[in-house]
Amino acid sequence: MRDQSATILDVANLRTVFNTRDGQVFAVNDVSFYLRPGELLGIVGESGSGKSVTMMSLLKLLPMPPAEIQGGSIEFDGRDIRNVPDDELRKIRGGDIGFIFQDPMTSLNPVFTVGFQIIEPLRVHMGLNKKQARKRAAELLELVGIPDASARLKDYPHQFSGGMRQRVMIAIALACDPKVLIADEPTTALDVTIQAQILELIKDLRQKLGMAIIWITHDLGVIAEIADRVAVMYAGQIVEHAEVKELFANPQHPYTRALLETLPKMGEARGTRLASIDGQPPNLDHLPVSCEFAPRCKHAFDRCRAENPQRRDVSPAHDVACFWDYSSGGPTDA
Amino acid sequence: MLNYTLRRLMFTIPTLLLISFIIFLILDLAPNDPTGNLPLTIPPEVREKIRQSLGLDAPMYIRYLLWSQQFFINEPLNLLNQWFGWCIGDCEGRLRVSSWATRSPVVDLIAERMPQTLWVVGMSYVVGILIAVPIGVISAYKQYSWFDQIGTFIAMIGFSVPTFFTGVLLIVIFSVWVPNDSFFWLPSIYDTTLEVVDWDSFMLQVRQMIMPVMVLGLFNAAQISRFMRASMLDNLSQDYVRTARAKGLKEKTVLLVHVLRNSMIPVVTVIALGIPQIFGGAIITEQIFKVNGLGQLLIIGIQGADIPLVQTLTFLFAVLIVLFNLIADVLYGLLDPRIRYE
Ligand SMILES: Nc1ncnc2c1ncn2[C@@H]1O[C@H](COP(=O)(O)OP(=O)(O)OP(=O)(O)O)[C@@H](O)[C@H]1O
Ligand SMILES: [Mg+2]
Repeated sequence: MRDQSATILDVANLRTVFNTRDGQVFAVNDVSFYLRPGELLGIVGESGSGKSVTMMSLLKLLPMPPAEIQGGSIEFDGRDIRNVPDDELRKIRGGDIGFIFQDPMTSLNPVFTVGFQIIEPLRVHMGLNKKQARKRAAELLELVGIPDASARLKDYPHQFSGGMRQRVMIAIALACDPKVLIADEPTTALDVTIQAQILELIKDLRQKLGMAIIWITHDLGVIAEIADRVAVMYAGQIVEHAEVKELFANPQHPYTRALLETLPKMGEARGTRLASIDGQPPNLDHLPVSCEFAPRCKHAFDRCRAENPQRRDVSPAHDVACFWDYSSGGPTDA
Repeated sequence: MLNYTLRRLMFTIPTLLLISFIIFLILDLAPNDPTGNLPLTIPPEVREKIRQSLGLDAPMYIRYLLWSQQFFINEPLNLLNQWFGWCIGDCEGRLRVSSWATRSPVVDLIAERMPQTLWVVGMSYVVGILIAVPIGVISAYKQYSWFDQIGTFIAMIGFSVPTFFTGVLLIVIFSVWVPNDSFFWLPSIYDTTLEVVDWDSFMLQVRQMIMPVMVLGLFNAAQISRFMRASMLDNLSQDYVRTARAKGLKEKTVLLVHVLRNSMIPVVTVIALGIPQIFGGAIITEQIFKVNGLGQLLIIGIQGADIPLVQTLTFLFAVLIVLFNLIADVLYGLLDPRIRYE
């Protein structure tokens, strides 16, 4: 199923739980995925499906407590980083793995200049002195397309627009030449034209710098445009995973199909309502013992309500967690 | 910023004039008689003469204008003369705001009392802040830990038990129970005549300051530490904290640079706004420990119906409040780059 030797990041059976006052929230359940150097992996799923929590678990960026990583292994660059000491983990954060967050409006510290915030990781990870760091910070701002970069280092975040702030966040994430960039819905909070610009920027930077990228989104349209491979998440689990062409051509999970149907079609008249998936999003207050999608699934049958489907290979590099077999139009063999 | 500050300063002038007038009105309405404390044997005609000599027969607004002239014009001119030797106008015969009881200029009385109050009150505020900030930071960072729980408990006590109780309690413990010759014995009376000349007198000064400073300081600390904790908690859950961690910064840097800097913004304003209140709160503490500072002066003035003294002191407190409101606003603008007063 996978070529172990060539992965930069390999996550197996990750399980993250929130211990809240109202009981446990099982946000990430047995999630496994891998990432090859230079590759772009897209993660899709509706709101609350555990995309952000999965990625933040990798670098322990969740508030603990309430979050608790209960199981799994996280291998980065041949090293298990789930149980490394804090100072080792800090070297990876911002050094080997850069992170861009969902909301650029709140992700920068309002009382420090943008220059200060870009320089910080440069000094920590690359050991640059003030002058070198300042120079590199200006270069980075230029790289992400902020005009008049060296003058803008002295500005505060509130003096930048949302799109510009996200560019600053990208500059920070890329500051130390990371091997992996995790972009958690970097364009969701921005308007459409700015979204397109940021998307172009990332594509461009990927060409220039060649890092591997994990791109989280709930927009399959974006995935189609930039991703090499896709993992679809539902209720804290990966329910389908394939190369991007394969996924769009031959979706195997009813949820993936439903997602694809919500995409506006080419040639469709403007103003037709976007389709949405019927039914309630799943409740995460229990470990999955049956298929979490079954209540919303038109193919669901008895087995789906009794047993949680495991990921099975459909073809090389394409797997799905479903008991329904679209090729035969009936249940898979038990 | 400068523009804003100047404009605010301009605005304070009518505000303060109005306040001074209101204070004057209220004091005038109060049924008090400066001759009331004189022996009963003094005949009524003589009392009337004394009142006239104090200018009490003049109408209210004349008396207010006189006070205003003396306080707003003559006193500043006199200060210029005393400090720099500049003499403008009649330097000898100029009328000053004088106490009815002692006949000496009120401003001189205040200048005499000021150092004691500043030492005790100022020290207690500094001590309060020094205790409160770290406690607030740790309580927030380790929310619901035993440290936080104990801190909350003590702050609640410190906040709800009045200083006249803690003051007397400390006196009972450290001046009465603890034997005189013990190292832990502390004097219950603040001796203002003590001059610090050598190590021994310095230690005496420290000893006599401990109790009043601690009583006021703990009270302040209780309040400020709560603010600090709340403000830290507000900021700890912000997205930028996660960004700072994702950059690989040390936990210490995240907390003491990123979070603390943001958390201090509201706390600094609360501290600045609290300074004038402290002078008010000191009245009681000064009374308990016999510190002859401003608070005690005010009490003497009130008891003796010494209107000029009370008027001037009350007005000075008002000036402090207005002034520190302005300072708080300016500090806010300096600390928070998002705020630009235009
Ligand atoms: N601090 C927390 N305490 C309790 N539950 C949490 C916490 N953070 C996240 N969760 C839960 O974890 C689940 C997954 O959240 P996550 O943020 O990963 O969703 P997501 O897929 O990123 O959604 P979105 O597209 O809206 O960003 C959600 O059901 C959420 O309620
Ligand atoms: Mg998310």
